[in-house]
Amino acid sequence: MDSWRGNLRVFWTLFTPGTFWLLIFFIIPLAWMFGISFSEKTSITETEFTGTLANYIRSFDAIYLQIIWKSIWISVLATVFCLLLAYPIAFGICFVPVRWKPLLLLLVILPFWINLLIRTYALIAVFRSQGYLNLVLGWVGLGPFEMLYNDGAVIMGLVYVYMPFMVLPLYATIERLDRSYLEASLDLGGSQFQTFWKVTLPLTMPGIITGIILVFIPCLGSFLTPDMLGGANAIMIGNVIERQFKSANDWPFGSALSFLLLYVTFAALALRAYLAARSTGADV
Amino acid sequence: MAEPIIALRNVTKTFPGGVKAVDDVSFDIDQNEFFALLGPSGCGKTTLLRMISGLETPTSGQIIIGGEDMALTPPNKRPTNMVFQSYAVFPHMTVADNVAYGLKVTGVPTEETKRRVAEALDMVKLTHLAARKPDQMSGGQRQRVALARALVKRPKVLLLDEPLSALDAKLRDEMRLELTRLQENVGITFIIVTHDQDEALSMASRIAVMDKGAVQQIATPSELYEQPTSRFIADFIGKVNLINATVVSSTPKKLVCDARGLGRIELPHDGRAAGDIAIAVRPEKLKITDTQPKAAKKISTEGKVRDVAYYGDTSHVVVRCKDDLELSVNVQNDSRVGGSGVERGQKVWIHWAPEDTLVLTE
Amino acid sequence: MAETLKPGSGPLGYGTRLWLRSLFVAIFIALYAPIATLIAFSFNTAKRGVVWRGFTWDNYEKAWNNVALQEALLNSLTIAFIATIIATIIGAMAALFLWRFRFPFKPAYEGVMALPIVIPEICMGVSLLLFFIYTGMMGWSVGMPWPLNLINIIIAHVAFCFPFVAVVVRSRLVGFNRQFEEASKDLGASEWQTFWNVILPFMMPGLVAGALLAFTLSLDDFVITFFTSGPETVTFPVKVYSLVRRGVSPEINAASTVLIVITVIATIIAMKLQAPQKTGEG
Repeated sequence: MDSWRGNLRVFWTLFTPGTFWLLIFFIIPLAWMFGISFSEKTSITETEFTGTLANYIRSFDAIYLQIIWKSIWISVLATVFCLLLAYPIAFGICFVPVRWKPLLLLLVILPFWINLLIRTYALIAVFRSQGYLNLVLGWVGLGPFEMLYNDGAVIMGLVYVYMPFMVLPLYATIERLDRSYLEASLDLGGSQFQTFWKVTLPLTMPGIITGIILVFIPCLGSFLTPDMLGGANAIMIGNVIERQFKSANDWPFGSALSFLLLYVTFAALALRAYLAARSTGADV
Repeated sequence: MAEPIIALRNVTKTFPGGVKAVDDVSFDIDQNEFFALLGPSGCGKTTLLRMISGLETPTSGQIIIGGEDMALTPPNKRPTNMVFQSYAVFPHMTVADNVAYGLKVTGVPTEETKRRVAEALDMVKLTHLAARKPDQMSGGQRQRVALARALVKRPKVLLLDEPLSALDAKLRDEMRLELTRLQENVGITFIIVTHDQDEALSMASRIAVMDKGAVQQIATPSELYEQPTSRFIADFIGKVNLINATVVSSTPKKLVCDARGLGRIELPHDGRAAGDIAIAVRPEKLKITDTQPKAAKKISTEGKVRDVAYYGDTSHVVVRCKDDLELSVNVQNDSRVGGSGVERGQKVWIHWAPEDTLVLTE
Repeated sequence: MAETLKPGSGPLGYGTRLWLRSLFVAIFIALYAPIATLIAFSFNTAKRGVVWRGFTWDNYEKAWNNVALQEALLNSLTIAFIATIIATIIGAMAALFLWRFRFPFKPAYEGVMALPIVIPEICMGVSLLLFFIYTGMMGWSVGMPWPLNLINIIIAHVAFCFPFVAVVVRSRLVGFNRQFEEASKDLGASEWQTFWNVILPFMMPGLVAGALLAFTLSLDDFVITFFTSGPETVTFPVKVYSLVRRGVSPEINAASTVLIVITVIATIIAMKLQAPQKTGEG
């Protein structure tokens, strides 16, 4: 790797476009929004920067606090279910004969590339009162159940949408795990369960943490899934933010809420960096 | 005689795709032996070791450990323990926790665990590192952790996969002594797998040489070296000069054959031999002189020195003889001044005792 | 653990265990069933409901003839096309200098470049909306003729796509043997010539994979586009969203299937190109 001073012309040529874009169209808008979160509305489309904390304080109103709390526990549940499903899959893919691995991975990842909207929409047809699931349940005399427009539907929708995102980091970390550790544990007398609990799990923890963060954060900020599957009963932070910008037109408040989301994101990333620096497992 | 600790009966392992890694292997290993599985890579020795440990299962055959067929028993239920080639010391546990692992998972009470762990660490001289994590230790130290971890379980058989391969030369010698001493002290059967014949010859009491999934010969180190039963073994263990020959007559005491580059020679030999065979002689059994040897009972031939390779304590001299026969001779450099005593291009005579000749019919 | 193992399979042969295989099958069915039924029912003659009435291409025809949908699709493709080109170039350049140079604060820079990938999309969408309004770009672009009125969306897409391209191209560059570069310079070639004749051909599979990735990300994007588009600049996913609000209908299924097919093909090609190369092209 060369030092940047070694070839200034090339360095600056390559450095500028990306940095320009990042700066102007990513950092500055975020910084701007940061400023607006401390502003007041003066008219429908205008705001004045006053350094006020009113917007942040408002987000701690009972009504919003409740929504924030719901968003958090829905995201936590969705993340946990994702983990419980994704771990066996990732683990299994690591232990099948080599020629099957790329195919199985592709099959798991492929749905992820299909539009979020379409995948969530497909779930509507499955879950609604006249949907497929109720149809199948009807064949055995059960239901029909109200499966849409509640928290459960949102959680299932989130799991459905983000599960492939959990599989990848898990797969990467389990794949890099030296099999001899598992063999040594078995050889020394450990059962399959003990081997998993005392050896596999601790050594794949970095991948688990990465996966958790990669799923938890988008879940927290999602608004499409709760909107389509939750209806009026399952509102999350993302929905509230959306409303501030599309209908309620309260940009300062919406900015403050967005930044709350960002703070949580940064905290999660910092946590991961801290845990990664401390762990001895396979790093992802 | 006591029952063998391990008895293999017709053990075969075929991998999907038809590759026969282990082909109908049967032999016994006695208690308290230091046994070696030796062979080139791909010969099936590691697969066989893993089948004894339970990390692989045979496609067919019996693996009788301590009198019980354990071919399909899971590894955690067998009285064997393995020291892996990569040592596999758990990176997220301290040395003490590593050594205690096998005892904890089998429900050994805490007091006893602590005691036995301390004993084991003392045996491998790692007591001062008990609280260390493996990533702060050298390869040699980690190997000793792996040893302690396995031995603390008091297995009937200890399996070691290429124990010396990752060590540098000096550590290797130390470890070689260490392992032999350990085996004598602890008094359990050791089985090692290695591709390095020096390792096998210097440590083991008996060696099974394998090639292409089958056992070629099982013998003590000196038997293997001085009485190999096939060309492959003679060539694999140590260096050897192989000479093609055709049998003229064979009696229970004597073999007469026409050997390439040597003419007609007589060798003491018990057993039948016919047709085309190979005879062989080890380089250190050959003597070089610059005049024709007078001793009547020696086999001798003359030739020209083609190359002298100097190794400090010995020199390997290659001599080209009649019929393009090339003989390699190990000469001791037993004089500081004289060196090997020969130089390139020199005309020399080579001779050796007929009883030092190996007769290889395979 | 089972009392005995199966002959021929070891204790770590999880791939052959029944419980694992059943789990796989169950999860794959759960994953693909909704999508499969969506595609299947795009061919359904029934307007509503879940009962299969008969096979028809009608829904595709209707979707095809829906002017608004057509416009939206055209917008999506245009945006994706332009954004991909820009994002690929910028992303490749970023990958190149990250691969080649060390400089102060490099880890911090790499962290910032990873942010668009990690932060919630809604934050990015909303901040860009504010940005465009305050810089007047929103107002300015509305009056523009097509395709210039799409410029806001294009800018937004490039912003979140190019870090992905950079990651893909960089992982390809890691396999590049710099001795080829040195040989080229040793023979007298300039920086540009070396790049064009030696580095670029090697980068090409990474570039194509990155471009395809950017293309699908752009085509499929909903959240960021939702906030940065206006009534005149609707994209395909946004349009489908407004249709969905009115209820499930086979027409939407048809439109969705089209999008799925495009995405899947692009993804598979990208993944094939991403497969680790055995030898580098020199």
